[in-house]
Amino acid sequence: MSRVLPMAGNLAVLLVGLGVLFGLPAYAETYLIINATIFASFAILAVSLALIWGYAGILCFGQAAFFGLGGYTYAVAAINFGDTTGAAVLAVALPAMFAALLGYFMFWGRISDVYLGVITLTVSLILYRFVNQTAGEEWNIGQAPLGGFNGIPSTPILNWPGQPGEQLAPENIFSLAVGLLILVYFGCKALLATKFGRIVVAIRENETRVELLGYDARVYKLTIFVIGGALAGLSGLMFANSVFVSPTMFSLPVSGQIIIWVIIGGLGTLIGPVIGCIMMQVLTNWLGTLNQVPGFGWVDPNLVLGVILVVFVLLVPRGLTALVSDTYGWLAQRLRSRPPTAEPDAAAQPETAP
Amino acid sequence: MDYVIILALQICSAVASLVLISLGLAVIFGMMRVINLAHGEFLMLGGYAAITAFNKGVNLWLAMLVVAPLTVGLFGVVVERLVIRHLYGRLIDTMLATWGLSLAMIGFVTVVFGNTVSGISAPLGSLTIGAYRTGAYEVFLIFVALVLLAAGWSVLRYTRLGLIARGTMQNAGMAAALGVSPSLVYAVTFGIGAALSGLVGGLLAPLSGVVPTIGAAYIAKAFITVISGGAAILSGTAIASGLLGTINTAATFAFTPVIGEVALLIAAVILLRILPQGITGRFFRRAL
Repeated sequence: MSRVLPMAGNLAVLLVGLGVLFGLPAYAETYLIINATIFASFAILAVSLALIWGYAGILCFGQAAFFGLGGYTYAVAAINFGDTTGAAVLAVALPAMFAALLGYFMFWGRISDVYLGVITLTVSLILYRFVNQTAGEEWNIGQAPLGGFNGIPSTPILNWPGQPGEQLAPENIFSLAVGLLILVYFGCKALLATKFGRIVVAIRENETRVELLGYDARVYKLTIFVIGGALAGLSGLMFANSVFVSPTMFSLPVSGQIIIWVIIGGLGTLIGPVIGCIMMQVLTNWLGTLNQVPGFGWVDPNLVLGVILVVFVLLVPRGLTALVSDTYGWLAQRLRSRPPTAEPDAAAQPETAP
Repeated sequence: MDYVIILALQICSAVASLVLISLGLAVIFGMMRVINLAHGEFLMLGGYAAITAFNKGVNLWLAMLVVAPLTVGLFGVVVERLVIRHLYGRLIDTMLATWGLSLAMIGFVTVVFGNTVSGISAPLGSLTIGAYRTGAYEVFLIFVALVLLAAGWSVLRYTRLGLIARGTMQNAGMAAALGVSPSLVYAVTFGIGAALSGLVGGLLAPLSGVVPTIGAAYIAKAFITVISGGAAILSGTAIASGLLGTINTAATFAFTPVIGEVALLIAAVILLRILPQGITGRFFRRAL
């Protein structure tokens, strides 16, 4: 039972993922496909925070910094190179290097959780402020204008590797984003099952004990943080391909949104944040359309997001996944105990009384 | 000479504004170890309270000095009872809940007042120093910052209320054993912190105007100042404001305001790397 269920879960996730990957382009309109691409790129971002916060216990308030950095790196490099393949590689590598630098400062400084949150928040605010004021000629990098508040509306779309000018169609971008999401999801699962992953989770549980066992916790935390940064960069790359890059990518609401996805979905799981991300995006889009209904008035998305976050922290602190599995466990127990005299549950006996 | 005076005044003004925007946060974080991410929105609410009262015909000084702190203080007490109370000791959760609160407040104020800048003109006219002019209101704010610091210090140092607050802060269990209700102390402290934020929000409204999202402009600076300051609420905030405000103004004079802000943030990150416990974690440990 305990081994079958996760396998079944993985299989179900894979099937749903593949279903979306191959099924959606056949039926949906372009508008929906572009929206789904944005969802998929955000979902990669959600996985990146789920990995470093849920499994390594590093609460990064500035995941948006790596997200934005990935997008901007891609846009600037693609405009300068002409071909986008190298730019795509850079868009993952540069945020990873930035995460390594930042992580070195934080983990070798042995900064506590709270200060870590504040420093990551500060760094993304610095980047936001900085990019916001880069309007004008003097801020061109090569041929690419950073564009200040407006961002880079002419962000190039990915082309087939080695064939500049042969741009990918929206359907291809969609397949790429969803394919990458599936890869990243199962890649993280596999990573967590390795010895490295076990040690990372052990550090979350008790850092001192892990260090006494002879592991250098700083190296492990830095590595997982860099992986998280690279994934956020990848997400920024896909986002740049479905929308375009602008300073909002670095902003506080984006950083916060990621945290909301993880909290709502369930901290310490990978599938929860993905579900949380998609649910919240659908909700935000729906709230946006409500504004066009005459007579309904006007609901601000921030108001709804904020109330949801407060309610979840107070009432469902472990998120929807835990809620569902708890309810399932409770129901299963009720069902099993309902016929008390039907048959003595012989199979369950050795498990409960070892 | 005039230039030196005006530069000194600018630095004092920057330091004072850091003290002002950090004070409410410092009280709540220093006393209760609660990271209030909705601090910026408390300031914003104070600004809106003052402007709304002024537009309804209340005297400007009354609106800024009485209406704003009262409104936000009461709001703070309600928030503490409804949300924060359940989350004491869970640092990360309070951070998330107050962040949700901040989003909700931004959304709510946007719905009520609209996403536009409202403002009132600064009173007191201007002050002429040689060939330069500066707003007299800025000088008044420096004075307010000094008064608030002095008042806070006196209350903590000399009154019974201050003693109870310090006792609860050091050891809540022992204070409870001696007949103090920590729950009440926390509620009052949170209310006072919120009221201070409201007062400052009201006072800053004539200078900056108010928009629903103005809190984001304050929150980072306020946090950095409080955390760089360290454990001692008042002296820590004052010292950190002095240091960071000077760096900010110097970089602003030398380059642009944005570079000034970036310099402030970088200085704070480096400071935290050297002194992870903040300035008063290493120096002036016995200060308040």
